[in-house]
Amino acid sequence: MQAKVSVRRFNPDEEQPKPYDQQYDIEVEEHFTVLDALIKVREEVDGSLALRCSCRAAICGSCAMRVNGHAVLACKARVSQHLSDDGEVRVEPAGNQPVIKDLVVDLEPFWNKVRAVEPYLQPSLPEPEAEYLAPNEVMLHLVDVMGCIMCGACVSDCTVLEVDPNFLGPAALAKAYRFVADTRDEEDSKRLGLYNGYGGIWDCTRCGECVAACPKGVAPMDRIMALREKAIESGTPPGGYDGAAYGYRHAEAFEEIVSHKGRLEETMLVVKTLGMFNLPKMLGMLPVGLNAMFHRKMPSPFAPTVPGVNQIRRLAARIKMNKDGAAR
Amino acid sequence: MYSHDVLVLGAGLAGMRAALEAARSGANVAMLSKVYPVRSHSNAAQGGINAALTDRGDDWHEHAYDTVKGSDFLGDQDAIEVMCREAGQELINLEHMGVIFNRDDEGRLGTRAFGGQRRARTFFVADITGQAILHVMYEQILKYNVRVYDEWYATTLITDHGRCGGVVAMEMRTGEVHAIRAKAVILATGGLGRVFEPSTNALICTGDGMSLAYRAGAPLMDMEMVQYHPTTLKGSGVLLSEGARGEGAYLINSRGERFMERYAPNMMELASRDVVSRAEITEINEGNDIDGCVLLDCRHLGRAKIMERLMYIHEVAMDLVGVDITKDPVPIRPGVHYQMGGIKTDVDGRCWDPSGGWKGVEGLFAAGETACVSVHGGNRLGANSLLDTVIFGRRSAEAAMDYASANNHLEFSEDNWVGGEKATMQALLDNSGGDLVAKVRLDMATAMDEGLGVYRTEEGMQRALDAVRGMKDRFKNVIVQDKGKAFNTNLIFALELGCMLDCAEAIAVGGIDRKESRGAHSRLDYAARDDENWMKHILLYQGPGDQVTKEYVPIVITQWQPEERKY
Repeated sequence: MQAKVSVRRFNPDEEQPKPYDQQYDIEVEEHFTVLDALIKVREEVDGSLALRCSCRAAICGSCAMRVNGHAVLACKARVSQHLSDDGEVRVEPAGNQPVIKDLVVDLEPFWNKVRAVEPYLQPSLPEPEAEYLAPNEVMLHLVDVMGCIMCGACVSDCTVLEVDPNFLGPAALAKAYRFVADTRDEEDSKRLGLYNGYGGIWDCTRCGECVAACPKGVAPMDRIMALREKAIESGTPPGGYDGAAYGYRHAEAFEEIVSHKGRLEETMLVVKTLGMFNLPKMLGMLPVGLNAMFHRKMPSPFAPTVPGVNQIRRLAARIKMNKDGAAR
Repeated sequence: MYSHDVLVLGAGLAGMRAALEAARSGANVAMLSKVYPVRSHSNAAQGGINAALTDRGDDWHEHAYDTVKGSDFLGDQDAIEVMCREAGQELINLEHMGVIFNRDDEGRLGTRAFGGQRRARTFFVADITGQAILHVMYEQILKYNVRVYDEWYATTLITDHGRCGGVVAMEMRTGEVHAIRAKAVILATGGLGRVFEPSTNALICTGDGMSLAYRAGAPLMDMEMVQYHPTTLKGSGVLLSEGARGEGAYLINSRGERFMERYAPNMMELASRDVVSRAEITEINEGNDIDGCVLLDCRHLGRAKIMERLMYIHEVAMDLVGVDITKDPVPIRPGVHYQMGGIKTDVDGRCWDPSGGWKGVEGLFAAGETACVSVHGGNRLGANSLLDTVIFGRRSAEAAMDYASANNHLEFSEDNWVGGEKATMQALLDNSGGDLVAKVRLDMATAMDEGLGVYRTEEGMQRALDAVRGMKDRFKNVIVQDKGKAFNTNLIFALELGCMLDCAEAIAVGGIDRKESRGAHSRLDYAARDDENWMKHILLYQGPGDQVTKEYVPIVITQWQPEERKY
C-alpha cells in the first residue's frame, strides 16, 4: 500500500535553519511500523534524514517521536493504524526537547533531570555477604517500573514541561519511585524531601498524557501519585515549613480543612499552605485575592461548618484508620 | 587534547562494567559510545544470567563442564574456569548495585532452567534481564560521575609500532573529529549481527570494535562461530527468549509434533542452541514447516505465568506479528544472534600475548561479545553472555589499570591522525556514481546468510567470500547522500559498512578454513567433528595488502577431555 510519510525536518547546517515539512511517498507493507517506513526512506530515498533507532523491538528507547501529534516509539507504531483518510502519516521530533536535526532531539536536559533524582541505590545497611533479602512481590512490582526504557515519550507529551521546564518530569520521577519502593534502599525520607521541592512530585497536574504516551506501561503519573502518598504518609513535610514543599502542605491543608469543616475554605487553604507568617508569599497572593473579591469570587473566611459535619468527621477518621491499618 | 588513563569504547554491559571498576579505583577513565549507554544491545538479553551459587547447592565445576560441552570443546577451559568460578560473586555484586531479580519464597534470588545445562542456575528479571542490569549499571556510572562521550563514533585506533595510545573519533552532534589519548583502550563494542539479514541484533551491532582491532594488527579468532538462535520471529528476526523454553514452552512442527524428541531425547527443547537450530532447519527442509517456520507454543504455561515471566515476548509477538502467545503458537525460525568469535584476548582482556605466543596490539584490551577469550567456543550457552560481559569487563579494567600505571602515554601527532581520518571521510563524501550504503549492506548480508547459514558447504562459503570481496570494491565508491556535518548518520552507516565488510570476510575465511563440523559451524561436506586435526583456534590477521594471514593456537584443556556431545 502507498503511504505519504510527512516528516518535520530541521537542518542545523543551514545558514538560517528553520523547520520545514517534507513528504515522502513510499510503498509500505501491511506489517510496517513507522520506523520501518522511516528506515526505508533513509535507505532508499533520502540518506540525509536523521533519526535515532536501534533495536526495532521497543527495548532500546531510541526512536521516541511524535506521530500524528502524539509521542510513540516508532518501532511499535504500525503505519496502517496511523494513516489519515488520504493516506498520510505525520512524523515530528519528540516535544519539550530542543531539536538537533530532523527527528533527533537534545537529550542532555532529559538526563540532567534523571541525574537530579540521585538515580542509584543507596542502602544504608552494610552489604550482606550474599544477596539482600527482598520479597518477590516487591521485586515483581518493581519490574513494572524497571520496564522504563528512558525513551522520553512521556517527557515529550508532558503538559507541565511545556510551561515549566524546571519540572523534573515523568521519566525522572518514575525512576525516583523505583528507589523509594525498593525495600533495599534506605534513603526514603531523604529522597522524599528531595522530590517534595520545587519542580518535584507536586508540580504534576495529573493530565495523564504521560500514561497515554508511555509505550512500556510504566504509567509515570501513577508513580508520581504514589510518591505523593508516601510523602504524606512519612508525616512531616520534608524540608519543614520554610521549604518549597507547598504541594505537600496544600494536600495536607486540604484534608485538614475538609475533614474539620466539611467544606473547603480557599482562604484558609492559602494561609495554611503558604504558612501563617510567610509574609512575602502572602503578599504575593494579595492581587489574586483582591481580584477574586472584586469579581465576588472570594469565599468568606468565616463560612460556617456544613450541617451534619460530624458524619464527615467520622468518615475522615475512618479513612485515616483504614489507611493506617493498611500501612501496617 | 582529551586525555585519559583508560578509555572504554562501547557502553553496553561489558563497557560499563569496565568503566565502573576503573572509576571505583579512582582511575581517570572515560567511556565513548555511538549511542547513549542505555540504548546498547545488552538490553536485548532477555532470559537471564548464569551463576553457580554454592549456598544453593550448586558447584561452579558443573557450570564449567556444561559450558565446555556447550562450546563443543572449542572453549578455552582456563578461561571458562575463571568465568564460572567468579560468577557467583559477580552476580551478588549486581544484586548489591540494585538489580531487582525475581526471588524465591524466602526472598532470595530465584532461578529458571536454561538450555544446555543440567541444573537451573539462570538468575533473571522476568524476560528483561539484560535491560534490568544495563539500566542499573548505568545508575552506577551516574553515581560515580564517569565521563561519557555520548554519541561519539570511534573510527580508528591510534597505534605506533604495535602499541595503542588512543582513538580518533567523531562527535556526531557536530561532526567534529577529535583525537582522544589513552594509556589503555578497552574495546567493548559488542557484536556484528548486522553482517547478516535477518538478525536478532540491533541496527548498531556492526562489528566496529572487531574491525578497528583487526585493522590495527590484532587477530580475530574463531570468526566462523556465529550462533543461530532457535527462536526468532520471521521477517524482522527479532528475538523471543530462550526463557520461554526454560519455562516449559514446546517447539512443534506443522504436524503438531514435539520434534525435539527425535533430536535430543533427554534435554528436548533445552538442548544447546546449535542443536535446536539444526533440528528446526532439518524440519523445515523436510517440509514439516509452516511457511518456512516451526512453532513456539507457550499456551500451556498459562496466562499468569506468561504475564509475570515472559511479559516482554508477549508484547513483542503482539506488536510485530500480531500473535497473542497466551492463545496461539507463534511462528519462529533460527536467526543470527551472536558471534562467539572476536578479538583474541587472554583471560585479562589483553589483545596481545606478553609471553609472545601470538601477536596483537599492546595497550589494547577487549571484553564482551567483541572479544573472544574464548569462553563460548563453538556454541554459547544461553545466559552465559551477560556473565561474560560483567566478568571480563571487570577483569579487563583491572589489567588495563595496571598497564596504565606502568606506562606513559604514547607520543603521536594529533594533526596527522585527525587529518588522516578527515581525509578518509571526505573521500567517502565526495564519491559519486556508486551504490547507496544500504544497498551494499543488504547484498553483503544476503550473501552471508546464504553462504554461512546453519548448514554450510565449501562452495557456498566460497561464493559468499567472493561476493563480500566484490562488495569491498563497491564500497570504495559507495554514495553518502548527506553532505552535512551535524548528526550525519548516513556517513556513520558508510563507516559501519566498512567495518562489517572486514568482519564478513573474516567469518567466511574462517569458515572455509575449518574443515570439520563443530558447534555452530556445521558443514555438509565435513559433517563430523575432527578432534585429531581441529582442536585448535583459527586466528586471522589482516594483511599484507588484501590478504588474510592465518595462525593456529591450541585449545587450552585443563580437566575435561573431548567426548561425544549428546543432549
